[in-house]
Amino acid sequence: MRDGQRAPVGLKIAAGAGLAFIHVPLLFILLYAFTSEDRSYQFPPPGLTLKWFAVAWGRQDIFDALGLSVAVATLSTAAALVLGTFAAAALARTRFFGREAISLLLILPIALPGIVTGISLRAAFDIADIPYSFWTIVLGHATFCIVVVYNNAVARFRRLSPSLVEASMDLGADGFQTFRHVVLPNIATALLAGGMLAFALSFDEVIVTTFTAGQQTTLPIWMLSELVRPRQRPVTNVVAVIVIALTFLPILAAYYLTRNGEAVAGGGK
Amino acid sequence: MATIPEAPVAVSFRGVERHYGQVHAVDGVDLDIAPGEFFAMLGPSGSGKTTCLRLIAGFEQPTAGRIRIFGEEVEGVPAYRRPVNTVFQDYALFPHMNVLDNVCYGLRIRGMARGEREKLGRDALGLVKLSRMEARKPGQLSGGQRQRVALARALVLRPKVLLLDEPLGALDLKLREEMQGELKSLHKTIGLTFVFVTHDQGEALSMADRVAVFNNGRIVQVGAPEDIYERPRVRFVADFVGGSNIVEPDLVRAWTGKAGVASLRPEKIAVVPNDAESRAGAIEVDGTVAQILYQGPVKRIELATAGSVLVAAIPATAGPPLSEGDRVRAVFAASALHIMEGQ
Amino acid sequence: MTAAVFDIDAPRDGLLRRVSDVLLARRGFYLLLLLLPPLLWLGVVYLGSLFALLAESLFSIDDFSGVIIRQPTLATFAQLLQPANFDVIVRTIAIATTVTILAVIVAFPIAYYAARYARGRMKAAFYLLVMMPLWSSYLVKIYAWKLLLAKEGAIGWTMNEAGAGSLLDAVLALPVIGGPSLSTSYIGMVLVFLYLWIPFMVLPVQAALERVPVSLIEASGDLGAAPGQTFRTVILPLALPGVVAGAIFTFSLTLGDYIVPEIVGPSSLILGQVVYIQQGTAGNIPLAAAFAVVPIVIMGFLLTVAKRIGAFDAL
Repeated sequence: MRDGQRAPVGLKIAAGAGLAFIHVPLLFILLYAFTSEDRSYQFPPPGLTLKWFAVAWGRQDIFDALGLSVAVATLSTAAALVLGTFAAAALARTRFFGREAISLLLILPIALPGIVTGISLRAAFDIADIPYSFWTIVLGHATFCIVVVYNNAVARFRRLSPSLVEASMDLGADGFQTFRHVVLPNIATALLAGGMLAFALSFDEVIVTTFTAGQQTTLPIWMLSELVRPRQRPVTNVVAVIVIALTFLPILAAYYLTRNGEAVAGGGK
Repeated sequence: MATIPEAPVAVSFRGVERHYGQVHAVDGVDLDIAPGEFFAMLGPSGSGKTTCLRLIAGFEQPTAGRIRIFGEEVEGVPAYRRPVNTVFQDYALFPHMNVLDNVCYGLRIRGMARGEREKLGRDALGLVKLSRMEARKPGQLSGGQRQRVALARALVLRPKVLLLDEPLGALDLKLREEMQGELKSLHKTIGLTFVFVTHDQGEALSMADRVAVFNNGRIVQVGAPEDIYERPRVRFVADFVGGSNIVEPDLVRAWTGKAGVASLRPEKIAVVPNDAESRAGAIEVDGTVAQILYQGPVKRIELATAGSVLVAAIPATAGPPLSEGDRVRAVFAASALHIMEGQ
Repeated sequence: MTAAVFDIDAPRDGLLRRVSDVLLARRGFYLLLLLLPPLLWLGVVYLGSLFALLAESLFSIDDFSGVIIRQPTLATFAQLLQPANFDVIVRTIAIATTVTILAVIVAFPIAYYAARYARGRMKAAFYLLVMMPLWSSYLVKIYAWKLLLAKEGAIGWTMNEAGAGSLLDAVLALPVIGGPSLSTSYIGMVLVFLYLWIPFMVLPVQAALERVPVSLIEASGDLGAAPGQTFRTVILPLALPGVVAGAIFTFSLTLGDYIVPEIVGPSSLILGQVVYIQQGTAGNIPLAAAFAVVPIVIMGFLLTVAKRIGAFDAL
């Protein structure tokens, strides 16, 4: 099975069908943003209209939720960037007792079901008597965003040749100068990619958020309440369409920033 | 910091050891490198030569012993505080900077103004004959060019000692020979102390003022190239440098009556037909040609003799053509057998 | 540059420089400094609360007063073995397993094609096509499926138009997994879970497949293996860590989800819902905690398997 060949037809069909399965529902979301019927989800939709976009624009609760989500995602990403980079710097090339345990610890928030993380954090906040606020949400989100940054950062740290750091020190730069002039420029794109993924993850998260939020409403929480007690159903779809459009660009950027890996089967160009 | 009042020594090691757990990478090394010398550290992989270089540079700290650079103790002194610069085996050029910025990096760290440091950088690039490349990035350069940039980057800081870690290893033969000549003339021009590490004995012999041969974490012999080659001290040096015939003590006694193991360089053996006249004062050993290897200027003849296998290197054009199975005689002067220490 | 002239000043000695000296000399201290913030955060905040939760599962609740009795006991865990509760656990594991297996089946061709045959722009396009749904709102995706699955929704309409209405009815009539409509049946629930978690399976599998060096495949062919054999004996085993990594995600996400079953599927509860209800309106934290221990144990087991076969790098 050589790579130069074209793929077997069966494979193409299977892959294509899989992709279609993934995307057709999204098209429906798009479709229902234009439906003129706002009470049920009839198919085919009785009519098409643009009015829901204008309605969405006018609703203050949407903007509030959006603002909160952006703020939470920004701060969580910032915290995850710092903590994830620290952890990656420490674990990338060293061997010490407990290293594997720490890797496991980093993965845990994402490997365990969200509800477990949510309840645990809630229990912890109750015991410590911390009131639910913006900061508790950030705390929760940062916890599972760390590993996203860590994965990207550690992969890049491992590709960074250690002799670069030695060369910099050899030429007179101390540890901090070396980090600033040599290390940081070379890991910047990986950090950027990790940051964007973390942002997107935080932006969409709902399970842990419901446990750590108290009275605040992030965009996903807004959507959940809309879906349970809808006011204007297609508006929810409008918001969804906007969110898809907004997260499309960072994901693409993150991909381009990190794709230059070693040549492996199919990985080259 | 103690300063030794005697004649300045560029680098000195006293009882230096470097252990990694059970592994003794450097196992008791004493060394004095004179200022302005072109000093080679030669040995097989794992012999400790690279570790010693790194100890001078400051990337490692010795487990025991003392290291002095121009009289100053460097115990615990990190690499960025030492007046020493390194040319790395993989060149370690900063990929995100262009050539000129790479070269000026050390000057920039020292806070030199842009105009001044770029002038010095360009001077250094001129010295290594790479002036046209200053705007390129390392990824756009060939191996030989990258090496020159690495050299310029180290030299521009005028270190007291320049360290080179297997600098020519990645280059092809032609380029390597070219760079050997250039490094030698650079050394003469600048007058700095050069210390370089290599596993290629030909390189060490052709470039260095003095060579230290390493094995198993220790220095086995130090001396001028000719000394090392003609008068190897122990079996290992004879074998590693130039690939000599090792003549076991029983044969040595049979041929010369002296005790000890000896080294016999292949080019000192003449190969004559079996029935040639005997020469007075020479040792003659009968044997059969086992293998002939043509190597351009010389031919290596492997001879199976009564006591051992001898390898002779004769000029390719000398004498009648030989073939495998011929009965011949190896002839060499008694003085060609150099008695060494140890077994 | 003739004789060596040492007239370039050494860099200025500042506070940071001296801190750097210390950090370099004491490597352990440096590592500690780097690790302390993330460890504090994760170790104290996360692990601490996790243990707090698990501790709760050892307590019990007084049925009448609703007060939590903080005396260690296994009674709460014993409650898990009651038929109703045990059913929930078995049901959830069955659903998670089905979803995982289906996810592998659907995701593998996509990942395989993307890893081995897509180049350059196509590869970027594939990546986008797989990732985009991941980052579209989870909630709206669920609701999109509810519309599709509803009696008057798109799937029902399409099948009726295509004359396959009776086929749909037959499927819905299947015992256990069928139901009055797709959106209130297990079939529907599994479909939705499958839809949600597919990207989590595609990405690790693709990454694992991409790590198979071409030279291995060529060597296999060179040694006489037919393409099918090469696939079974060389590629599949090397892709396994990716599959396991993906399975960890699909399992974990399914075991803890309480939103999907609320919106799509029959009225019987699955694990996530039970935990949510117990810790919320029922106020029975110990029982909620006991239930929560189940996925932790299962994930612990899966993570151990993953570590054994080296899937950690694929996560």
